[in-house]
Amino acid sequence: MKHVVIIGNGIAGITAARHIRKLSDYKITVISEESDYFFSRTALMYVYMGDMEWRHIEPYEKDFWKKNRIDLLRSRVEAIHSENRELKMTSGEVFKYDELILATGSSYRRPPIKGVDCKGVFGMYSKQDFDGIWEYTKGERYQKPKIKKAVILGGGLIGIELAEMLTKEGIHVTMVIRDNRFYSNVVQSEESEILERHISSHHVRLIKSSGIDAVLSKDGVICGVRLVGGDILETEFLGLTIGVEPNVRWINEPLIQQGQGVLVNEFLETSAPGIYAIGDCAELRAPTYGRRAIEPVWYTGRLMGECVAENVLKPQSKKYDPGIWFNSAKFFDIEYQIYGNVAPEASADQVHNTWQKGNAILRVAFDKEGKLEGIQSLVTRIRHQVAEDWIRRGVSKSYLNENFEKLLFDHEFSLVYKEKINF
Amino acid sequence: MAYNFALVDNHGVWFRSVSSRGIVGFMLGFLLTGFYILLYWFPEYLTSLIALLNPLSSILRGQQADQWFLYGFLYTFFVVTFGIKFIFKYKNNRYHLIRTSMLIAVQLLLAFLLPAILKKFNEPEFYFSYFWPLKKEYLFPSDLKYLMSSGKLGLFMVFWAVIMLVVVTPVLTYFFGKRWYCSWVCGCGALAETAGDSFRQLSNKSVKAWKFERVIIYSVLALIVGLTVILWVNSFQEGAVLGEASMTYGKWYGFFIGSLFSGVIGTGFYPILGSRVWCRFGCPMAAILGIQQRLFSRFRITTNGGQCISCGNCSTYCEMGIDVRAYAQRQENIVRASCVGCGVCASVCPRGVLKLENGKSPRLNNL
Repeated sequence: MKHVVIIGNGIAGITAARHIRKLSDYKITVISEESDYFFSRTALMYVYMGDMEWRHIEPYEKDFWKKNRIDLLRSRVEAIHSENRELKMTSGEVFKYDELILATGSSYRRPPIKGVDCKGVFGMYSKQDFDGIWEYTKGERYQKPKIKKAVILGGGLIGIELAEMLTKEGIHVTMVIRDNRFYSNVVQSEESEILERHISSHHVRLIKSSGIDAVLSKDGVICGVRLVGGDILETEFLGLTIGVEPNVRWINEPLIQQGQGVLVNEFLETSAPGIYAIGDCAELRAPTYGRRAIEPVWYTGRLMGECVAENVLKPQSKKYDPGIWFNSAKFFDIEYQIYGNVAPEASADQVHNTWQKGNAILRVAFDKEGKLEGIQSLVTRIRHQVAEDWIRRGVSKSYLNENFEKLLFDHEFSLVYKEKINF
Repeated sequence: MAYNFALVDNHGVWFRSVSSRGIVGFMLGFLLTGFYILLYWFPEYLTSLIALLNPLSSILRGQQADQWFLYGFLYTFFVVTFGIKFIFKYKNNRYHLIRTSMLIAVQLLLAFLLPAILKKFNEPEFYFSYFWPLKKEYLFPSDLKYLMSSGKLGLFMVFWAVIMLVVVTPVLTYFFGKRWYCSWVCGCGALAETAGDSFRQLSNKSVKAWKFERVIIYSVLALIVGLTVILWVNSFQEGAVLGEASMTYGKWYGFFIGSLFSGVIGTGFYPILGSRVWCRFGCPMAAILGIQQRLFSRFRITTNGGQCISCGNCSTYCEMGIDVRAYAQRQENIVRASCVGCGVCASVCPRGVLKLENGKSPRLNNL
């Protein structure tokens, strides 16, 4: 019986394990250094804020793994010897595999800022990052937080989650972002404006067009940051949320070719025989048109996990097809959804139309020929299957206007259904 | 307002003693169960409390208050006040706004004021918002005979009880799912949705609990169907055969199911077992509606394609203990017998993945 070993128990690795089990009787081992059980990384913020306890963010009951004969191993791999199909563990143990799937995820990016190694500087990706933040900031039940002020560098999705966590704890948060408007590499100026207003209504201070060039410390503990231009912000905490990078630095097997991440072909195979890579740590050699080589999001991890399972069962049987791009996020109370391609700025190649009311803003993007390319929304919920279908078909604006209600996914009785939306 | 956002958060719920089975939660649990025990078996200890309501009872019912008037008053008071709190919390969501207003109105008018006024005018104290088998007496021969002998209004009440059970209930459940009753009309549901809202996260989500639920709820249904049949057989045979036995059966059902299960455990244990223990494990009405919802109804919770991030807010805040996430993360729609359609899973979902819907056809899992 074949033995499939998966390194990493995140969404990609666990999806792969589940699907291999569905399709086969192989022995499956999932190795993780991070946690005993799979948990929803995206839900860490809710544990910090008390919406849930840790057990709630573990999607499967404990006996699920036994029932499905998926062996979980809490350990760290030191080296991969692909010629012998062996893993050497830090404990000294040697582990045999027939097929290996790398699903090691990302780590937060640490910029080379002077003084960044002092105490009180955190990223937020792993369970260990999360535990560190909890330990450093959170007061006892019913008590005030241990710190008063925090600075967050970077205004991406993790940055805003961290800002919400700390704000709800009663910590005063300042976000420092590089661009002149919030989330500018993804959303448009109207959306940025709404989000900036919403963020400041939650008492988060936003410093735009700036950066940090030094972390100041006292006795090894952070006491402030110096902004580009010389201003100094007093702070007891620095959150680094300027992006993530594939967690692949530990891989020292020369047969596994790497770029930013582990390079894979359309079947998610690495350059070493019997080794695949999926999720955040994989870098596609030839991404499909309009897509990035590394897409570190939950959904692509899951899609890759499903795809790799088929290729492990039957080599080169299924090409990875990410489908129409979609993603979603939450900025404090404002939900965000995107389907297809909506550029951060309208141009001659892409015409935008919007409908706006309050914080709700719907944006549809058409190509030069008037075919629908993308749909984006703040607040209002969009129906995934319909959006995908319409984008695939490239429907026209008049079709969209006539059938708009089919696209909406808001709760029943929502006032949106009464709107005459006309782009 | 509604265009600003509709998301509902539950920050701090698991940090507060009252809502996370802490000491305060247990103390509240003891207090509530204690009240139920006094109410059912030792009402003499509540005499002074009951006496306080004499003026109100006189105005409404034309007679002195008793323990059941006290209970009805407190019940309605909690539904109204916590209902307002609920509406405030979910103010950006019109589904909750309309649904909760309906619950409050039904409780206040149909389950509190109208029965009291009927009593004042010497008519049968009838609850138009309860039906057999939840209100088991409404299909018992003795009650039906009594109503039939109470004039035109009594006849209408019999008509209402039968028509609601046989015609209206299945039709509404076909179109809207069991929610039309369980989270829009029912008094037990009203208390759970309002006063119980702070405890919804305490329901058990395990597969084991689900298995237990199916055994217990259908057993209660079988018990009440059995009791009703025996009473009718008995009534036709004029008590010759089963007289004693059916009396004892009825008494024990009343004690174990009526008082102990639905009252002491169902409500008294809110802060320990969550707010819908009775509705989930015991209510025979919910059992019937649930069978129909599972097999033959247009209602479902639709999962929005692949947007689920498995965060667990939906499962955590499901008062019925449904592991909503287990379906959502597999991109399956949710069609479960126990779902009362409260809509909270959809409101706490941070990615817009869930939506309560009445589909165009009763086919399961098809859009």
